[in-house]
Amino acid sequence: MNSIATPSDIDLDDRSRELRKLVVRTIAAGRRGHLGAAFSIVEILRVLYDSILRYDPSQPRWPGRDRFILSKGHGCVALYVMLAEKGFIPTDALWNFCKNGALLGGHPEHAIPGVEASTGSLGHGLPIGLGFALNAKLTAGQHRVFVLVGDGECNEGSVWESAMCAAKHRLSNLTVLVDYNKQQSYGTTAEVLDLEPLADKWRSFGFGVVEVNGHDVAELRNALTILPRVPDRPTALICHTVKGKGVEFTERNLAWHHKSKVTDEEVGLLLKALEPS
Amino acid sequence: MRQTALQLVYELAKADRRVLFVGSDLGVGTLEQFKREMPDRFFMEGVSEASIVGMAAGLAMEGRVVYINTIATFLTRRCFEQIVLDLCLHNANVRLIGSGGGVVYAPLGSTHLAFDDLAILRSIPRMTVVAPCDAEEMKRLMPQTLDWPGPIYIRLGKGGDPIVSSAAVPFVLGKAILAKPGKDALIVTTGITLKTGLDAAAELGRQGLAVAVLHMHTVKPLDTAMLLDSAAPVSVVVTVEEHTVIGGLGGAVAEAFAEANFRTPKRFKRIGIPDVFPDEFGSQASLMARHGVNTETVVSTVRTLFES
Repeated sequence: MNSIATPSDIDLDDRSRELRKLVVRTIAAGRRGHLGAAFSIVEILRVLYDSILRYDPSQPRWPGRDRFILSKGHGCVALYVMLAEKGFIPTDALWNFCKNGALLGGHPEHAIPGVEASTGSLGHGLPIGLGFALNAKLTAGQHRVFVLVGDGECNEGSVWESAMCAAKHRLSNLTVLVDYNKQQSYGTTAEVLDLEPLADKWRSFGFGVVEVNGHDVAELRNALTILPRVPDRPTALICHTVKGKGVEFTERNLAWHHKSKVTDEEVGLLLKALEPS
Repeated sequence: MRQTALQLVYELAKADRRVLFVGSDLGVGTLEQFKREMPDRFFMEGVSEASIVGMAAGLAMEGRVVYINTIATFLTRRCFEQIVLDLCLHNANVRLIGSGGGVVYAPLGSTHLAFDDLAILRSIPRMTVVAPCDAEEMKRLMPQTLDWPGPIYIRLGKGGDPIVSSAAVPFVLGKAILAKPGKDALIVTTGITLKTGLDAAAELGRQGLAVAVLHMHTVKPLDTAMLLDSAAPVSVVVTVEEHTVIGGLGGAVAEAFAEANFRTPKRFKRIGIPDVFPDEFGSQASLMARHGVNTETVVSTVRTLFES
């Protein structure tokens, strides 16, 4: 067992703080966004795009690429920041977030270079990823499929329908990452619709399961370097995270699940809080 | 019709490796030969329609052409969001073959009656909606589905439906067929109601009216040009469908007519299931008759409109 009980104890390094600042600046440009969801997944995306996924930004549809679907599409600002940093999209696109005619909006669209599937309505990413992974197996493709789902998203029946199907087909090329920050829009996952025992659920659905601290870069990298976790089985990586991670007043604060009319003052406070202490 | 459609899926798969078949929990033995000969392209994935449609989208986005078959209501009502987002938004080459379109499953009750499938799917951008009239027309349709861009919904009839289509008339997806000419009135049909329309036109002919029948096998995209051409000489138009009068063939024709701004007014009537649940048990024919989707009603409606 890893240090899963204390995801809030992790001190963010400079890179994690800088990525969050870009998230804040993007949200500031659109004056709205799901900041809590984006902050929750910064380290997961950072590790995927820095160390795990195989891709070529100059050929976003390169057939040999690993497929990544952000099924919890509302966390998209963190993905946009990563796509800009890696050269899939121009950084300037961030500053048009949600504006008229913008490339980037409040949920990701598949027309955006580097985005495999349009998401936003929950429970769609895993079924599509299942299709990707099944086709890879049928064609003996070496690429892998990663789907990041939210914990609230795991309320959706389609997630579990697809989980059964992935296990049936022994899709060891498929990894589901669960952003388990234990909060959804209305309240805690325990209050709204309890997911526990979540690891046992995925295990009983035929997945190899690993639990990690979703803000611990080294732990995430180690977990994702060895896949699948159980031969001939898909993997579920349960990432224990903190919603709004990185700024004291946004952590576990549901007011920041989605925020509209974000003020200059709030932006200033967020950026200040992300400076090294 | 279903047997023919599935047999053609098998033949398409034999000829083209892109083709996959996905079922939910179909009857034992379905496409047994397909499964035996091409086991890596045959999938039966359980009573999990939402996941199946999403999976098919993923497969299609990787270059496959995926044929899904299950009961029409479960495909169209239950999977509406998956069809909108996973299939249509991504323009995925998935073909939905809906068993028991209309009131085919009359003995099984309300939960199985797909009397709104055309309306549901017609509302979605990029979706093509087809209702062949018989198994012979199905044979002409299916090869055209292989390279048709984007998702298609194919509505199946009961099976053993009388053959009324003609091999002499070319079948083109998206192009209506003038099954019978006539200068007095026009009956527009889709699916198995082509036979209802032809029978009514024959009876009206005996009564002295020259009635045209336009078979609109493709409800979307609607062949508006052919519709307006066929409607031009007549003063009466009646649509006939095994479907609610809201949003299906009758709705599509009414929309086209509303924007056609005819110089001379026409009399128009939609014949179909009124805005009620057709929740009586019985047979397909008895339910259709109960709701006036039959030859007698079409004949009397055309006569009444013509004489008014």
